[in-house]
Amino acid sequence: MTRTNHSVGQVSPQRAHFDTPIKLRSGAVLPAYELVYETYGRLNAAKSNAILVCHALSGHHHVAGHYAGDPDSLGWWDNIVGPGRPLDTEKFFVVGVNNLGGCHGSTGPSSPNPATGKPWGADFPMVAVVDWVHTQARLADLLGIDSWAAVIGGSLGGMQALRWAVTYPQRVRNAIVIASSPRLSAENIAFNEVARQAILTDPDFHGGHYYEHNVKPVRGLRLARMLGHITYLSGDQMAERFGRKLRNDSLSFGYDVEFEVESYLRYQGDKFASYFDANTYLLMTKALDYFDPARERAGDLAATLALAKARFLVVSFTTDWRFSPARSREIVNALLKNGQDVAYANVDYPAGHDSFLMDDPHYHALVKAYLGRVTL
Amino acid sequence: MNAILERPDFKLIAAWVKPGERVLDLGCDDGSLLKLLAERGARGWGVEIDDAKVLAAVANGVNVIQSDLEQGLAGFEDGAFEHVILSQTLQAMRHTEDIVLEMLRVGREAVVSFPNFGYWQHRLDILNGHMPVSDRLPYQWYDTPNIHLCTVADFDDFCTKRNIVIRERKVFDAGREITEEHNFLGSLAVYRITRG
Repeated sequence: MTRTNHSVGQVSPQRAHFDTPIKLRSGAVLPAYELVYETYGRLNAAKSNAILVCHALSGHHHVAGHYAGDPDSLGWWDNIVGPGRPLDTEKFFVVGVNNLGGCHGSTGPSSPNPATGKPWGADFPMVAVVDWVHTQARLADLLGIDSWAAVIGGSLGGMQALRWAVTYPQRVRNAIVIASSPRLSAENIAFNEVARQAILTDPDFHGGHYYEHNVKPVRGLRLARMLGHITYLSGDQMAERFGRKLRNDSLSFGYDVEFEVESYLRYQGDKFASYFDANTYLLMTKALDYFDPARERAGDLAATLALAKARFLVVSFTTDWRFSPARSREIVNALLKNGQDVAYANVDYPAGHDSFLMDDPHYHALVKAYLGRVTL
Repeated sequence: MNAILERPDFKLIAAWVKPGERVLDLGCDDGSLLKLLAERGARGWGVEIDDAKVLAAVANGVNVIQSDLEQGLAGFEDGAFEHVILSQTLQAMRHTEDIVLEMLRVGREAVVSFPNFGYWQHRLDILNGHMPVSDRLPYQWYDTPNIHLCTVADFDDFCTKRNIVIRERKVFDAGREITEEHNFLGSLAVYRITRG
């Protein structure tokens, strides 16, 4: 009998409140916060079958399934989670969480600041990857999960998986690090800086307190997303998908949309700017820039990763130039230097950095095969 | 017992590797050898370029690194392994000399196996005017991946020239060890080599 694989179906978010103050990497203290999260599958009696899915820059807790009455509201990584899928909910209990500082329900810049009653805005403390890991650990405590069968993530999510393995070695049995990097390159920080400048210089930004002015720095956020989007695709894929195709047959010699690629980018930018919070975007890009766990060991990545007890699966994509295969190999080489357990695949897929979200059969088979070996 | 142990080179390797030792298998295929060595207490890593084989190795729970051996072993530290294995792949590599030297860089010793072109049947084929085609060399001249075939005598000379010490040389035919006239009677050669 062929086993079907399908979505987890209807899901609903949950909310956890944390009253114990948390000291952030920046030194700031957040007295209390909330995290929204979703879970799929059942936690087994031994509580040994939990997988944490960490999201990237624009992700959130809604990883899989759809909400009641809204079949189009599919989670951002629905294709990998569900019965018979790589993160098999018949075996695993999968947890998605909106990170602290996010804009999908967890405490963030758009939440009310208890000191003023107004939205935090620019006063929301800067949050680092390690802070997310600590807050996720508190959520794990709440759910009764001592150790994750796996922590998985792509891009910035992969950084969280790395951080988890180093910061809580006893609590991570497998780290699946996809399309990620041990630290951003100058080029990557440069892209983030341009994105930030687009937002920070938008007249509607108001120093981050735009909520009180009932406006949003939509133009800046839109530009930031357009720029980001270019870096998530591959040149070949853009050439194939858009080429020099025009919307109309003739040139208009103006600045309206002419080329298909312009139309696509404007659409992506508009869509994103309509729902994402600019302060969260700023904060997420800074978390990316600051991420460098080896910094604590004078830049020695191997010495840093030596703290981890997890087995690793590292995956990169041949066409990803934003987080290139060479960056994944840095992680792999450091693990090899230490004699740690690691499998590494460089998947040939045309979609650039965004490949990690695609349902390429080989890529998914790798994750499924790896998780299939995980003992509970 | 394991079908894999029917391969004489694997049987030898399994006997040479001791529990706790670190093994790097170059061209590890589906990781069967590493899995076997792991069951016997060794710690293994493999290098493989082919997608399907990488997937099979992951499914076998093996530490497989997808990488092209022709690019060398950058990323592997000097002396990181007790044994570095290259099974019946040397003859298909472009950078033949480089990979042997790389193996001896990252490993205390290297195990190299290859089909012996000096085997008597191969010589006979040549005398009869044809390139050898046999169980050990199952390709026609126009579709063979084997571009650097050599004889036992050739490999011995190579080791001498590159100051490589041959710790052991075992030669087989049809799964049986050959004890005399290695270069004539053996179809498969297995070398255990170290830096001089």
